[in-house]
Amino acid sequence: MNHDSTARAQHLIKMANDIGAFFEAMPDQHQAARDVAAHIRKFWEPRMQRSFLEYLQSHGDTALKPVVREAARTLNA
Amino acid sequence: MDTHPHYDDVDFGTPERVSDTAVTLQIDGFAVTVPQGTSVMRAAVQAGTQIPKLCATDSLEPFGSCRLCLVEIEGRRGFPASCTTPAEAGMVVRTQSPRLAQLRRGVMELYISDHPLDCLTCPTNGDCELQDMAGAVGLREVRYGYEGLNHLKDQADLSNPYFAYDPSKCIVCNRCVRACEETQGTFALTISGRGFASRVSPGESEPFMGSECVSCGACVNACPTATLMEKSVIDAGLPDHSVITTCAYCGVGCGFKAEMKGNEVVRMTPWKDGKANEGHACVKGRFAWGYTTHKDRILKPMIRSKITDPWQEVSWETAIAHAASEFRRLQEKYGTDAVGGITSSRCTNEETYLVQKLVRAAFHNNNVDTCARVCHSPTGYGLGQTYGTSAGTQTFKSVEHSDVILVIGANPTDAHPVFGSRMKKRLREGARLIVVDPRKIELVQSAHVQADFHLQLRPGTNVAMISALAHVVVTEGLVNERFVEERCDAESFRVWRDFVARPDNSPEAMEPVTGVPAALVRQAARLYATGGNAAIYYGLGVTEHAQGSTMVIGIANLAMATGNIGREGVGVNPLRGQNNVQGSCDMGSFPHEYPGYRHVSDDATRLLFEKDWGLSLRKEPGLRIPNMFEAALDGSFMGLYCQGEDIVQSDPNTQHVTAALEAMECIVVQDLFLNETAKYAHVFLPGSSFLEKDGTFTNAERRISRVRKVMAPKPGLADWEVTVALSNALGYPMHYEDPSEIMDEIARLTPTFSGVSYTRLDQLGSVQWPCNAQNPEGTPLMHIDRFVRGKGRFMPTQYVPTDEKITPRFPLLLTTGRILSQYNVGAQTRRTENVRFHEEDRLDLHPHDAEDRGIQDGDWVGITSRAGETVLRARVSDRMQPGVVYTTFHFPESGANVITTDNSDWATNCPEYKVTAVQVVKVMHTSEWQDAYQRFNANQLRLLQEKV
Repeated sequence: MNHDSTARAQHLIKMANDIGAFFEAMPDQHQAARDVAAHIRKFWEPRMQRSFLEYLQSHGDTALKPVVREAARTLNA
Repeated sequence: MDTHPHYDDVDFGTPERVSDTAVTLQIDGFAVTVPQGTSVMRAAVQAGTQIPKLCATDSLEPFGSCRLCLVEIEGRRGFPASCTTPAEAGMVVRTQSPRLAQLRRGVMELYISDHPLDCLTCPTNGDCELQDMAGAVGLREVRYGYEGLNHLKDQADLSNPYFAYDPSKCIVCNRCVRACEETQGTFALTISGRGFASRVSPGESEPFMGSECVSCGACVNACPTATLMEKSVIDAGLPDHSVITTCAYCGVGCGFKAEMKGNEVVRMTPWKDGKANEGHACVKGRFAWGYTTHKDRILKPMIRSKITDPWQEVSWETAIAHAASEFRRLQEKYGTDAVGGITSSRCTNEETYLVQKLVRAAFHNNNVDTCARVCHSPTGYGLGQTYGTSAGTQTFKSVEHSDVILVIGANPTDAHPVFGSRMKKRLREGARLIVVDPRKIELVQSAHVQADFHLQLRPGTNVAMISALAHVVVTEGLVNERFVEERCDAESFRVWRDFVARPDNSPEAMEPVTGVPAALVRQAARLYATGGNAAIYYGLGVTEHAQGSTMVIGIANLAMATGNIGREGVGVNPLRGQNNVQGSCDMGSFPHEYPGYRHVSDDATRLLFEKDWGLSLRKEPGLRIPNMFEAALDGSFMGLYCQGEDIVQSDPNTQHVTAALEAMECIVVQDLFLNETAKYAHVFLPGSSFLEKDGTFTNAERRISRVRKVMAPKPGLADWEVTVALSNALGYPMHYEDPSEIMDEIARLTPTFSGVSYTRLDQLGSVQWPCNAQNPEGTPLMHIDRFVRGKGRFMPTQYVPTDEKITPRFPLLLTTGRILSQYNVGAQTRRTENVRFHEEDRLDLHPHDAEDRGIQDGDWVGITSRAGETVLRARVSDRMQPGVVYTTFHFPESGANVITTDNSDWATNCPEYKVTAVQVVKVMHTSEWQDAYQRFNANQLRLLQEKV
């Protein structure tokens, strides 16, 4: 990934965390993670999903909120 | 023209009354039954008798001043005015008698004695009520002569660009003054002087342009003589025919009569039977249609290889073939997903439907999005999640039954002026008003309107506010338990109730966040929950935030918790920005869903479309507009078909957008003008104005109305025909002879539209979806007995502060919006006389912020954000709160979106236009971006002029 691509992937990390910030208000965090994953599947174009997961593979998922981390594992499955 | 339906324009003299009690009376020997409260005048018209009148018209309350509508009533003394006399059971009325004829002639004689006898050269000759009444009463002579004191030499006021005021023709009937008060609610007109000196006066005897007049045209419509007259009619003469159509400006979707001479528009008048506007209009729809024939319109297709090349005029065939071959080249080189399309909320449902069909079928991907992405996409998400459908719940008329009106992040008197007038009328009748807005908008305090509460919150804190309001409802026992139990999902309510009841959501806890005193929030919440029918109206001040969708959900929660859903006077009402935002969303413009809001991954829906369209379709969502820009910069999205949308001017972070466009290899723009996006285009396909279109628009109340062609498309092809031609050239043939066939296909494939057809629309005038077998005449009110999704779903709305924070470097918050006379990017209104009302975008700031920076009204100021810098002139205004500045985005050279950022709504990527941290300083010259823009723009205009 070049610098611009990395910046754009980091933008996806921010977008995912923003989604997580909404769903983490739900009492059941496992359900919240499923909701985050469902939201990404439903609204993110495959290229975005791929870039997101590739970035996590190469950079790790520490930048993610816990609920998004769990969701990402679902997306990877 | 004969194929268009005809609608009567009968003037009943006084407004309709609604009553459960009917009364029967005799008028000239005929029995007539009317609702109690109906005037004798209206009853007479209903019985087929026109009583002479001058000061009465059915859009205004009766006034009883002209003394022409006198009648005789058995058992009553004298000659009561029929306009102010209510019909009573058993009443026996005579409208004609020798004595009445004598009285009426006498009245007319007096009027005419002070009226110019220039009927033959008068612009209303043939369309003048005074002239008609002189004929109706049989006036044959004026015994008083014309030599006495009169007003015949009074000077005309020509200051307004659209209408003239000639006081020499005024009969002081008061209709214009009453129209300004009752219909528009501006109170700009009055009658100055007494007796003979009585004259219509804008403001304090000012010219119209110097007064508070908003040029809505209601006074012109109401005038029975040539006193207030459209300049276009004075110039061109009276129209010879008219066609009913729908306005192409805001989401109110007013019905209009396009009044024509041959194929030229002479004037646009509001259609009194149009259900969205009921005979009212604003300065844009009524008068600002001159852009349709503006010299800047491009009428021939053009192509070029690079954006630094001059344009080359070509035939339609060449342009279409070139565009198609470019799209196919890009798909071969970069992949199927390397191209996409953008539909426009300014285009018809049929045009929009075709563009998304082209993308899904001919491009074979789902990379289609619409400009609703940047305005109301959170409405679609939020209301879809909670109620099950992506639309407002009411009719506009419903506000007449509201007891409490909660306006959040909307400025109806500027952005939705005809509905704003309707709302103000209800407020004058006593409805209570809560305004939630960072700015002191007109509704907070204006003529005869005063908000009970103005919750002047800081930009970006909507969700904190809605949770605080909900906290009060829940913790003070104001929940409508019965409604919640019967209509809503119990578990989701429990979770939501526990969430909002938390102390951290209390008004006191949120006060440091919102800046609004907790006591005010508590009082406003109590009023909303207990004040009777409570309706919420909201706009882009809700949606265009990082938490736009969360806020829509919060609004939906609040309405459900208080039981304010499912009947007249209540509901959740998004005020849509452009004329067809609702329609463009309904038509499947979003990359993840087909028409009717069905996800592309839903197998049954996809199969339905695959069968009808005759090919397989993709089940993955496509790119949204901001994602297209990212993909372009990544090198994987290289071609765009953009119909009727100006993404360069309207989308945030302009420099990011233009960088993305410069990275693409083929941009095809279909538009009226060489807009800002077209300056980055390689193919230009000339578009048609709404006057040249056949189709439908769907307004903010889900009302589908016909747009009717009053003249042939000036470029030769209609917009829908261009899309069909492009699809055919791409190898996916489309077969339509007429837009009605496109609507038939939409109805065939979309359950909520299954009852819609042009025949049905012609019969009913308009219809609100869902329109189907269960609701053949449409659905004015949604969710009456059950929500579309079954049980209403509550969702917690955790406040998350925006990333766009103020710092010492950027200590102010910028929010953006619109002004009455201009429309969005201004491509239309800037090419009309409306520029005389608003000729430039300005930066509004509070007097304290201005003083701190040594800024005075009219100074040039630089506005810098993390995204960029621009320069505007300052307007010091106490409508702002300290720390908040505001501007509009109607002029491209302003660069308002150079400073807005990439921040966007978490669910939909709707940009956060409403919160940008900025610094403002006094400057002496334009910004670097503006200098570069001027050079780029001049070069692009030169390349247009040098076209070969």
